[in-house]
Amino acid sequence: MIAVRALALASLLLAAAPALSAEATLRVGYLGLAVPRPVANTALDPPPEDEGLQGARLGIADNDSTGRFTGQRFILEERRLSDPEAVLPALRDLASAGIRLVVADLPAQQLLDAADLPEARELTLFNVRAPDDALRNESCRRNVLHLPPSRAMQADALGQFLAARRWRNILLISGPSEGDKLYAQAIRNTARKFQLRIVADKPWTFDPGARRVDTGHYGIAAEVARFTQGVPAHDIVVVADEAGEWGFDVAYRTTEPRPVAGTHGLVPTSWARPHEQWGATQLQRRFLARAKRWMLPRDHAAWLALRAVGEAATRTRSTDPATIVARIREPRFELAGFKGVPLSFREWDGQLRQPVLLADERSLVSVSPQQGFQHQFSELDTLGTDKPETQCQFR
Amino acid sequence: MPVPLIAGALSAAALLLPLLVTEAPRAETILVSNEKDNTISVIDGATLKITHTVAVGERPRGIVLSRDGRQLYVCVGDSDRIDVLDLESWKVVQHLPSGSDPELLALHPDGKRLYVANEDDNLVTVVDVEQRAVLTEIPVGVEPEGMGLSPDGKFLVNTSETTNMAHVIDTDTGEIIANVLVGARPRAAVWEADGKRFWVSAEIGGTVSVIDAAGHSIAGTVEFNVPGVPREAVQPVGLVFSADGRLAYVALGPSNRVAVVDTRSLEVQRYLLVGQRVWNVALSPDGKRVFTTNGVSNDMSVIDTAAQRVTHSVPVGRAPWGVVVKP
Repeated sequence: MIAVRALALASLLLAAAPALSAEATLRVGYLGLAVPRPVANTALDPPPEDEGLQGARLGIADNDSTGRFTGQRFILEERRLSDPEAVLPALRDLASAGIRLVVADLPAQQLLDAADLPEARELTLFNVRAPDDALRNESCRRNVLHLPPSRAMQADALGQFLAARRWRNILLISGPSEGDKLYAQAIRNTARKFQLRIVADKPWTFDPGARRVDTGHYGIAAEVARFTQGVPAHDIVVVADEAGEWGFDVAYRTTEPRPVAGTHGLVPTSWARPHEQWGATQLQRRFLARAKRWMLPRDHAAWLALRAVGEAATRTRSTDPATIVARIREPRFELAGFKGVPLSFREWDGQLRQPVLLADERSLVSVSPQQGFQHQFSELDTLGTDKPETQCQFR
Repeated sequence: MPVPLIAGALSAAALLLPLLVTEAPRAETILVSNEKDNTISVIDGATLKITHTVAVGERPRGIVLSRDGRQLYVCVGDSDRIDVLDLESWKVVQHLPSGSDPELLALHPDGKRLYVANEDDNLVTVVDVEQRAVLTEIPVGVEPEGMGLSPDGKFLVNTSETTNMAHVIDTDTGEIIANVLVGARPRAAVWEADGKRFWVSAEIGGTVSVIDAAGHSIAGTVEFNVPGVPREAVQPVGLVFSADGRLAYVALGPSNRVAVVDTRSLEVQRYLLVGQRVWNVALSPDGKRVFTTNGVSNDMSVIDTAAQRVTHSVPVGRAPWGVVVKP
């Protein structure tokens, strides 16, 4: 075993003088669609225009630093769009320019449309935005890899934490958007999986946007108090508000004094500002210095996508996209993502295996999988859709 | 090698040795950097009691003794400098420039050139400790970390955590002469005493690569399999060789173990349970003890090398990281 590995690694010894050898260049596409955001009801932390893109740029820069020693160059071909109609032409454009690897910073529908283009057949799309479980199940595509944890993974990360703390009784409040409904459904599935109980399952119907009105806080406090009155005994309130329109308004205003989790409060997420473990401080600082803002989950996903490409390029000593993707999809692929464990892709749905953080605005509370949730192959596969349950049949 | 026989002999010896060991007089001093306390804990080797706790700059991690043993160079990463701690007055007497966010460092046998890894800048900075000036900066891979000087001082091995390479640098020219691809997130680089091989630990890869110094090729890989511990929790970081060079003690991070590795067969002989999140290891001058820093349980474990067992746990500051022993 040792001898075999030694040989395999020895063959990877690299030339000392990259300047002398011809540089191989790999161009990676970035396709980002800006979607109109709801009117913010707070002036705090306005969402940046370049979420995702900055992560991709840092990933390219990191790959390029390594490339100085391997004779590999990495270039990001950026396509930033605001018109959904422009997505498919832009992808065709990238494909006809010979680009085979594309970071897809797109909502689920545009991602599917892009993946189904005839020109995309030879491409690999790295989904860095859409958390939709359907993309990992009935709507999965052979040419898509998923970097963000799916909603099921996020919900399972929270569910394991609640089960470990024995906070088993949940008041679930979900917003009206499609994403909110899917998030709430993921929470319900998790509750079944980990024997948690949803004691009340209520839709949020109060009209948001009153926070900046003078005395607006009275109205919100009264509404939340009324909304949570008479609810059966519960340990925690879980909110599903992906757009962030009202989720922050629940904590401290409930009838019973209960913590809030979900899209607000204690949030299961792939990346969070308070995350400083396993060398994450270094990535946080590197990103901050470059982008002049904090790294967001989508930035981390895009950075990971580029690092997966770079890592495979280094290991295979190749800039051939097919060789790189084949390596990325191998079970032995090991990606370092500042999560303390090697990350790899699930072969049954192309989802990145990863620990999920549980954090609030200022503090990293926990990291799932929780201790004691065991798995035959990888404990990371206790989060989200596991192989026996997958509905993904690649086509 | 008749391992069971030796193990049996050792466990029999283990019953007797601690008594003998604790009676032997020791003049050594153990120095531990506490990443979250911004202090250096000073521990008397004989009593294993803390004699001083010295305030230094922010986030002290890598530490190394001066050649004469009178001073300690401390990387204080968040203060972007190196503090020089006088080991008689127990005061920081100088600051050295270091470049941004220094984490680990190595002192050249000439006692003058200090090599510092700058995590933020992808640089290795060479500092002249007498002139207190930066001599040169060497561009390396992303997140430089481990720093290992060959015994003759001719070569520096620097690891870069995101690039996943060991860069071999000629210390005369400052040029990189070889890049060796290793496991994911390489940390420590440590040379064997005869200068023929160096070892590089890979935290995420979960392995240690043993690299032939002449050919810059992988001579072997140490793999770990700690019973009852998930593979992901086995994260090799710091390592040190026994006095006779036949064994390596490898800190395995959150698995809370130190692996004892046979340097010839590269097989693990035994796993020793130490404190939580073990970062680094250091050998006593007489070779009889190994000290470990345990970043989560805030203590230092003491390993008796003859008995191959952990004999003491010494509480130190918060998040202990680096450890050196002053004779």
